[in-house]
Amino acid sequence: METKIDNLTTQVKYTAKDFASDVDVKWCPGCGDYSILAQVQRSSPEFGELRENIVWVSGIGCSSRFPYYMNTYGFHGIHGRAAAIATGVKLANPKLQVWVATGDGDMLSIGGNHFIHACRKNVNLKIVLFNNKIYGLTKGQYSPTSEKGKVTKSSPYGTVDWPFNPIKIAAGAGATFVARAMDRDPKHLQEMITRAAKHNGLAFVEVLQNCPIFNDGAFFHLTEKESRPDNVVYLEHGKPLVFGANQDKGIKLDGLDPVVINLNDGVHSINDVWVHDEHDSNPTREFILSRFTDVEGLPTPVGVIRQYNKPTYDGDYHHQIQDLISKKGKGTYEKLMFNANTWEVK
Amino acid sequence: MAKKIQVIDDVTIRFAGDSGDGMQLTGSQFTDTVAAMGNDLSTLPDFPAEIRAPAGSLAGVSGFQLHFSSSDIQTPGDAPDVLVAMNPAALKVNLKDLKPGGTIIVNTGSFDTKNLRLANYSTNPLEDDSLSNYNVIPVDLTKLTMTTLEDLTLSNKEKEKCKNFFALGILYWMYNRPLDVTMKWLESKFAKKPEIMEANKRVLQAGYNYGDTTEIFTTRYDVKPAQLPKGIYRNVSGNEAVALGFITASLKSGLNLFLGSYPITPASEILQELSRYKNYGVITFQAEDEIAGIASAIGAAFAGNLAITTTSGPGLSLKLESIGLAVMTELPIVIVDVQRGGPSTGLPTKTEQADLLQAMFGRHGEAPVVILAAQSPADCFHCAYEASKIALEHMVPVILLTDGYLAFGSEPLNIPKFDELKEIKVNFVTNPEGYHPYSRDENFVRPWAIPGTPGLEHRIGGLEKKDVYGNISYEPDNHQIMVNNRLNKVLKVADFIPNVEVDGDTEGELVVVSWGSTFGAVKEAIRNVREDGKKVSHVHLRHMNPFPKNLGEVISKFKNILVPELNLGQLSLLLRNQFKCDVIQFNKVKGQPFKVSEIENKINEVLGGNNGN
Ligand code: SF4
Repeated sequence: METKIDNLTTQVKYTAKDFASDVDVKWCPGCGDYSILAQVQRSSPEFGELRENIVWVSGIGCSSRFPYYMNTYGFHGIHGRAAAIATGVKLANPKLQVWVATGDGDMLSIGGNHFIHACRKNVNLKIVLFNNKIYGLTKGQYSPTSEKGKVTKSSPYGTVDWPFNPIKIAAGAGATFVARAMDRDPKHLQEMITRAAKHNGLAFVEVLQNCPIFNDGAFFHLTEKESRPDNVVYLEHGKPLVFGANQDKGIKLDGLDPVVINLNDGVHSINDVWVHDEHDSNPTREFILSRFTDVEGLPTPVGVIRQYNKPTYDGDYHHQIQDLISKKGKGTYEKLMFNANTWEVK
Repeated sequence: MAKKIQVIDDVTIRFAGDSGDGMQLTGSQFTDTVAAMGNDLSTLPDFPAEIRAPAGSLAGVSGFQLHFSSSDIQTPGDAPDVLVAMNPAALKVNLKDLKPGGTIIVNTGSFDTKNLRLANYSTNPLEDDSLSNYNVIPVDLTKLTMTTLEDLTLSNKEKEKCKNFFALGILYWMYNRPLDVTMKWLESKFAKKPEIMEANKRVLQAGYNYGDTTEIFTTRYDVKPAQLPKGIYRNVSGNEAVALGFITASLKSGLNLFLGSYPITPASEILQELSRYKNYGVITFQAEDEIAGIASAIGAAFAGNLAITTTSGPGLSLKLESIGLAVMTELPIVIVDVQRGGPSTGLPTKTEQADLLQAMFGRHGEAPVVILAAQSPADCFHCAYEASKIALEHMVPVILLTDGYLAFGSEPLNIPKFDELKEIKVNFVTNPEGYHPYSRDENFVRPWAIPGTPGLEHRIGGLEKKDVYGNISYEPDNHQIMVNNRLNKVLKVADFIPNVEVDGDTEGELVVVSWGSTFGAVKEAIRNVREDGKKVSHVHLRHMNPFPKNLGEVISKFKNILVPELNLGQLSLLLRNQFKCDVIQFNKVKGQPFKVSEIENKINEVLGGNNGN
């Protein structure tokens, strides 16, 4: 598809189609990945990036086929290593916008080390983790996000391990943008992807994704119309944490404990409700929010859990290079080889 | 008293002391001085096995060996002529290596009961006759140093630390070397600590004067400058030379250098060295692990950098899957393996050549790569440069093998002129017309299109690719084609590397085929054997995969092929397999390089039966 570039300062006018490659998409019918792909393609024109400057990197798993379907530069890596490969791309050319498509097994099991270190360093990467709580590509073993007791092909009597909470790990490791979205809420997912694109620093978006083949309905209580209002709280900066079909429930912070209050009980009012501050300089509330999914009776927060700014790894690295070049001058072969104890043999 | 000066051809000195005695510094100062005098030289440090070994203990002994000469030399010397022993432990550890009748300069000031006990001496070796076969020169370095610095306000501890420079002063006198190189170094090093500078300068001079005035020393020696090829030289260690070679390749190719690496002995110095060159646009990414080191390098190669990763054996094992990815994506990266004793953690500080087969075959699937092996510390520069050139021009992963012996050993590098270095041609594709990610040129090389280039958006990865087009393909015939393509691309590199040269006759009784760091010992051994009138030829390999094109032909002209290696026969296996030839193995795995004499004896043994000697 032809793209029209007005000039380099105003943006190119892309449409979603410009981001679709000519490769047939081969996920199982009904897979949540289709929606994620569609929402990313729909959001991409909003990024304000030239298509040739976008790189999608992945590891291994169903989600990791993602780069093949994007008409951008793409690199389908090996299991777990997407964040490390992406870090190399970004450091080598910081002008590129580098995305990582990954899954719960790829990023939290075999690739866990790369994930936490990319977060710690605040590498300017956008990581989209497709969390379906199962190993899909290898046909149905439990993953590090599978709930305890889960019966799968490799746990016929139920797992005995405790699951990881991806938001908690990202927050704990120092990601500067942490958000959650759902495959079945396309508008909201698009918004989260676009916000991740615009964040300067490591952006992490957990997308709750349905795997109809091996873990069907894992998130239906969150994603389906009837149950969603009571089980999901949408986070918006500056807005109170209110949820429920009639918007009649709120979250109140009782010390450090979040509790659900009834706004119609005559005792509580909207003034008691926790007001979300995305940019909170203190991470305490971010951690409290990350724990909601571990606590019985609390709704699952979706939206931007926290966004704050700190210098990025790649930014600081290249500043240091520029700084040294201006101080010492750009290196030359003469300086490299002859600025040492040399002697001449005539 | 006039002392006579005797001219000698070469000498090997070993400085040995406690880790805190500054032996590496003393050795490197002596090295810089003999280098400035125009001698050929070769050095090898011997670090203590334990970093935190107690002072005075056997495990804490640090050594530095220097061989310098008026002729061309290749090794740091089998056995020292002179041992400088700063304490009993240093004497104990190093005495066995000293030449019979060799000279020992010993710091008597450290031979107290405690140090003798730490060195497991039940009696003081200076007082019994256990050293009677050596020329022992007892000097109380500690006391003489303290006396020299009596009037300074430094603490006693600071004063005592200068004693290595007293020993250095004595050695400079003994070998008729000037003090000015070290004096100048002290002036710049301690510009901000004038008292320390003054103390060291004084002690150095005092050591020199001590040699001149006392009766203990009767003879001085002189080693005339060597007749080396013309040029400007600098002394380099192997690890340093690797770093310089890569930066040079980056300057020549116009690409930024990217290193993804995780610290590991004995390769960390390459990471450290490269991290100093940021104003050359060098990016050193100290990764979270070995895998991230290479994975980031692959990412950087995709983005258009000259991308490398550096490691040692255990790290190479961890990188193997990723090397397969680089083979599949046909991206240029260089993997440096500074080999050490293995398997597992093995002997981290010791040398070995046992990763050749890992480099050659250590991947799943058919995954050929190019392999180079450096032959000397200075050659590490040329190999790093050539590895970069091959990787970039052939879009192929290259493994460069060095080892612990090369990494820390040093010798003079004749600095090439920038213009005389071969071009490194990099062509990024920019024209979308007819672009296909896996099309190939006549050398089976695919085009390199980097992100940021409009119209060339494409996807690559570890899944098998459709020939030419690069989409995923599971077609049986296509896989066969692609496996062949990847192999042919590596084999084609043989057209771009030099043939092996035979040192000596091109046919005869015996050829020694060596590779990597054994070069020096083999070359010197052959020289010695020839001096005895025997005929033996030498072929040394720097290109391990593919082999130089004439190798099979060359070695087929000899009745015997002797292959010395610091492993159990890895090159032997490759030669037998490829050329169906019979080889005589000569293997050693002691964590130490070959001694010249060991190779000499083996050659004599092989020739012995045939020559009737
Ligand atoms: S296995 Fe599950 S996650 Fe994978 S493609 Fe099929 S439905 Fe999607």
